[in-house]
Amino acid sequence: MMRVFSGEEVTAAVRRLAISAACDLEPDILEALLQARDRESSELSRNVLELLLENADIASRERLPVCQDTGIAVVFVELGREARVDGDLSVAIEEGVRRGYRDGYLRSSVCDPLTRINTNDNTPAVIHLEPVAGDGLTLRLLPKGCGSENMSALTMLPPSAGKSGIISYVVEQVVAAGSNPCPPVVVGVGVGGSFEKSAYLAKKSLCRPLGQPHARPDAAELEAEILAGINEKGAGVHGLGGNNTALAVHLELFPSHIASLPVAVNIQCHAHRHKEISL
Amino acid sequence: MLWGVVMPKMSPGSRFLQQLRQVEVPFNPEVVAGLKAGELVSLNGVIYTGRDQTHRRLCALLDEGKELPVDLRGQLLYYVGPTPPPPGRVIGAAGPTTSYRMDPYTPRLLELGLTASMGKGPRSAEVRQAMLAHRAVYLATIGGAGALLANCICKSELVAFADAGAEAMFRFEVEGFPAVVINDLAGNDFYRLTACSAAG
Repeated sequence: MMRVFSGEEVTAAVRRLAISAACDLEPDILEALLQARDRESSELSRNVLELLLENADIASRERLPVCQDTGIAVVFVELGREARVDGDLSVAIEEGVRRGYRDGYLRSSVCDPLTRINTNDNTPAVIHLEPVAGDGLTLRLLPKGCGSENMSALTMLPPSAGKSGIISYVVEQVVAAGSNPCPPVVVGVGVGGSFEKSAYLAKKSLCRPLGQPHARPDAAELEAEILAGINEKGAGVHGLGGNNTALAVHLELFPSHIASLPVAVNIQCHAHRHKEISL
Repeated sequence: MLWGVVMPKMSPGSRFLQQLRQVEVPFNPEVVAGLKAGELVSLNGVIYTGRDQTHRRLCALLDEGKELPVDLRGQLLYYVGPTPPPPGRVIGAAGPTTSYRMDPYTPRLLELGLTASMGKGPRSAEVRQAMLAHRAVYLATIGGAGALLANCICKSELVAFADAGAEAMFRFEVEGFPAVVINDLAGNDFYRLTACSAAG
């Protein structure tokens, strides 16, 4: 028996996710900011971390967005093979984004790439659909701000570059990004696959609970080495100095062609907004 | 409460803000000269806003030989695109946007007498040079602190380019608005001092 979800159910869920993602930081990022404050070496940066925690508190209590850049809505959809959505899934998601951004007083930040004319309802969303086992439907919304998104990068390394090549490339990108992406950042890294697959993995890795290491020990080790490499450079919170430039590195792997080693870096700001719901 | 800790009435963050040196905006020339890279100050007074679209349009007006909607002499221009104000509020979230996107336009505005700009992230070599030539400073405020900064804005008025939405030009009255001096009149660049020298 196919389980059927209504389009209206999807729309209502996306609307709620959009508003809540903008105003309520998840416990994982709040915990990471608290820990960063406690180990911060620079007094100025510690004070700024204090203000960021206070900002999260104000946002949640006063129902204001944590950041005015309420992002382009990136939606990861996992649809069970024994489930379907009545009607058009994309249309239902777009309508949820439209209502969420309107009803939550969120900023419309999406425009035509050439004319730069704003679409005024923050649509279209960027939707990634993945079929999975079972009869469920999981929606993950990442409102992605572009101070950090603009600092993303991708390279096709020669396979001979190996692990050290991956580490130095990622560290270099985060250091070059400096204060632009609002550090302390979360660094998503996609290694392997093809050109576009690595970028997808880098973005998807940001959905993982913050700081949870990769299940594969060699990948987890790589994450730890990249994190240490970034933080020893001392750019710090907002580039103001200190030992908290990055809070976590999330790396995802996918087999690549024998001739290729794609590496994609997607940077996320400290306002690491992500919400999910399983229907 | 969000993380299981009840926020005291005077949180460490607000206590810290109250201790900052209070500075009037627009800056008078002595105040500008006294600003030192790395100092966190608290701004009080009037500032103007503008981001990508406002900059593009200001420069288009200059190209056409037309007058700007505001005399920028002595003023501070804040790079922000706020969220819409919810009912009963002056403004929505209003933190800074990344400044380098304004770099191509900034030297022309400095020539007109703009005294300060505020956003986040480093400026180009051209902008740094133009700031020294025109005795202007650059400040950064706290990226991603949109809700906290909204509470430091007591009044917001639309000035120009209404059709640009969040990218329009506004006039803000601010109180206790925190900002770090990044580029001072002595040519110091605080990001460079902290080993963070992205975007040249």
